[in-house]
Amino acid sequence: MAKISASVYTSHVPAIGAAIDLGKTADPYWVPLFKGYEPSKEWMEANRPDVIFLVYNDHATAFSLEMIPTFAIGCAAEFQPADEGWGPRPVPVVKGHPELAAHIAQSVIQDDFDLTIVNKMDVDHGLTVPLNLLCGSPQEWPCPVIPFAVNVVQYPVPSGRRCYNLGKAIRKAIESFDKPLKVQIWGTGGMSHQLQGPRAGLINREWDNAWLDRLIADPEGAAAVPHIDYVREAGSEGIELVMWLIARGAMDDVAGGPAPKVAHRFYHVPASNTGVGHLILENQ
Amino acid sequence: MALDKPYKDIPGTTIFDAEQSRLGYHLNQFCMSLMKAANRERFKADERAYLDEWPMTEDQKLAVLARDLNRCIALGGNIYFLAKIGATDGKSFQQMAGSMTGMSEDEYRDMMIKGGRSAEGNRYIGEDGDAQPQHQPQGQAGRKKD
Repeated sequence: MAKISASVYTSHVPAIGAAIDLGKTADPYWVPLFKGYEPSKEWMEANRPDVIFLVYNDHATAFSLEMIPTFAIGCAAEFQPADEGWGPRPVPVVKGHPELAAHIAQSVIQDDFDLTIVNKMDVDHGLTVPLNLLCGSPQEWPCPVIPFAVNVVQYPVPSGRRCYNLGKAIRKAIESFDKPLKVQIWGTGGMSHQLQGPRAGLINREWDNAWLDRLIADPEGAAAVPHIDYVREAGSEGIELVMWLIARGAMDDVAGGPAPKVAHRFYHVPASNTGVGHLILENQ
Repeated sequence: MALDKPYKDIPGTTIFDAEQSRLGYHLNQFCMSLMKAANRERFKADERAYLDEWPMTEDQKLAVLARDLNRCIALGGNIYFLAKIGATDGKSFQQMAGSMTGMSEDEYRDMMIKGGRSAEGNRYIGEDGDAQPQHQPQGQAGRKKD
């Protein structure tokens, strides 16, 4: 049977992608950030999954205001890097895993989460920047990826509680897949940032780190945090953190297993407008 | 019955909810059209003519022409859509975000390098933080005003 081996959490700031694409990773501004992901790349080499289930949000790229799915699962065989207005990022095409994706859609919808099934979709920096941070810039991504897009652009976005419970349903779906696949689930976005209005540039290092502590040790408590706390304390775009709860809800301890091992933790301010957080949790 | 919108009391912040989205539908879809290179060229060649192809309000069109992102947001724009205008103009996300504070590009960048804007005084309207209405515009622009 398939098994979730670990969860990975990271911010997905577009400027990180631009720094990679423009060869600026050795600039003094970016050195501390990329240094924080060196252990992650080594970990990824040593713990290569068969599939990555990657939770992210689309930033007015594949989804305009014509359609706004709350939860969308990518079931296609491949996904092209999107042109977000600066030209497509020079990164590999993302290969999907249609068989596992279809299985997860079937199981999770039967568990009362009304997913939108997407068979054609370009993927933006929300998905490709995390892949670069963990895998570097290879000719091909190391394994298939199932994109899972969450609406965090138009309010109301799904609650932390709902995301956490969805993670539980995704775990159940993956573990009922009849092939011995090692699956990682990634939650991306955040941490504190606000990109709009006179309050743009808000960063809350203390709140971010307390939230990381809580996500690790008390995920139920983290899942109970209401939207307004994210907005007030971590900025209007800090709400992206609810996506991390999908990955956290899929871990063994939530289903009665042992607590996960913290394989890596990193925090850095700033990347452009954003507080960058990163965690790797391994199932024991 | 009134819906629960607890986010109305945060200074310098407009939450893009279903109501804002309704107001800004055509403005945001205009922005979305700039994802295509050919549309970017047509827009740059004659901005007003291009905007007139869209059923936007006159206020929305004027806000776009002025690149007044705060005004665009008040009229229903969302920053991820408005970012397409910035991309067309060759602006980074940081330049766009900074433009809404009144700070110069360097001032805003320095604030971020020093750890960003503090939440202190900026959680509720009526406090005294730098994002409060009484402290706009921020940076040198605000000091010149005095």
